[in-house]
Amino acid sequence: MAEVFYVASRKGLFTYRRNGADWKTGAPNFLGEPVSAVLKDKRDGAVYAALNLGHFGCKLHRSDDDGASWKELTPPAFAKAEDGDEDAPSVNLIWSLETGGDDEPGVIWAGVNPGALFKSEDHGESWTLIESLWNREERKGWFGGGYDQPGIHSVLVDQRDSKKLTLGISCGGVWKSDDGGTSWRLTGDGLRSDYMPPDQSQDLNTQDPHRLAACASDPDTIWCQHHNGIFLSRDGGETFVEFKDVKPAVFGFAVAVHPKDPDTAWLAPGIKDEYRVPVDAKLVVNKTTDGGKTFTPQSKGLPEPSYDLVYRHALDVDETGDRLVMGSTTGNLWTSDDGGTSWRQLSTHLPPIAQVAFG
Amino acid sequence: MAQVSFTDNLQKHLPCPPKAAPGDTVRAVMEAVFVENPPLRGYVLDDQDRLRKHVNIFINDVAISDRVTLGDPVAETDRVFVFQALSGG
Repeated sequence: MAEVFYVASRKGLFTYRRNGADWKTGAPNFLGEPVSAVLKDKRDGAVYAALNLGHFGCKLHRSDDDGASWKELTPPAFAKAEDGDEDAPSVNLIWSLETGGDDEPGVIWAGVNPGALFKSEDHGESWTLIESLWNREERKGWFGGGYDQPGIHSVLVDQRDSKKLTLGISCGGVWKSDDGGTSWRLTGDGLRSDYMPPDQSQDLNTQDPHRLAACASDPDTIWCQHHNGIFLSRDGGETFVEFKDVKPAVFGFAVAVHPKDPDTAWLAPGIKDEYRVPVDAKLVVNKTTDGGKTFTPQSKGLPEPSYDLVYRHALDVDETGDRLVMGSTTGNLWTSDDGGTSWRQLSTHLPPIAQVAFG
Repeated sequence: MAQVSFTDNLQKHLPCPPKAAPGDTVRAVMEAVFVENPPLRGYVLDDQDRLRKHVNIFINDVAISDRVTLGDPVAETDRVFVFQALSGG
């Protein structure tokens, strides 16, 4: 099982390392700074940390010695508009970082607000805006979900063919590329939104997939925790089916998928929209092992009463599928070593957690 | 030349000692500073070279009014202060 995981928090990056039967962490990197995304590149061992400095903008750092030292990189940025447009874009959040395929050493993808995708081919040293997506006319129909502007939070790279990409955009639906980002198409038939007029509820371009997660051994299986429910695709995000009447709730942000079993997934449900807290103040992780036919709320080791909210990147599973880690906006942190059946609380006093990620 | 100084909060991220810089507008003065300290640009300005939303620049005792083109005039004897706003934290 994984021996290291990272916690991207409102006040720094914490690294937890296995210490016998326990976990050990020290002082965070970037103390006091909001860490919006963290990525361990398992191809070369580098660790990337994206910061969202409240005053001084988005920054990106890379460590080549597992956090002992960091190098500040030039972060993704838009080119300066030639016409001096006052509304010209500026990156205001690096929301997701993902590695390219195993056959693409040094390739890193960054999903940002406002609704753009950037690519680096040199380990994050320089970045290129994917204009083929940015220039799509449909982008003007996207809108903010959680933030004022739309953002790309999920970047899935098909390890069978690293040119095949799938994006999750809040709120801009699901987009796919079969040619490494040269061209894009809007997919996601079957997704449904309640926040649009009835005749627009199935409009693909305004869907709010809170998080997409693909099965590592079966990349065609993509689970989606959507604003309006739980959805599953068996064809790589082309189409989705919905699971309704899932208790305690179908709303949530995070989803994780077993790396070897596409029928097993975990979600962190809550009361939707204006509440965003656990149902009946009882925190559970909802687990399915049969491809969504049934979901079983797992509560052993999780608090009650609880007002924890688990953000979309704050639930992760390791390569065995047995070890999970979950963090909340209340600064609580849990791990599980039995596939999410029982949970152990590691901390009750961390800063608000944006992401957890195994190293 | 105008005397430019930076909030201590920026020193946490990168060196930016007080600097005498030529120029008759805030833009000109800051560009002169950035020539010698390129990484500082992204901390003070956004992708479009606008003043970041939660950064303030004062000329002597007065906050600049043009946060987009940084066209406020600067005199040779002016002091320019780059501050962290109280918002944005």
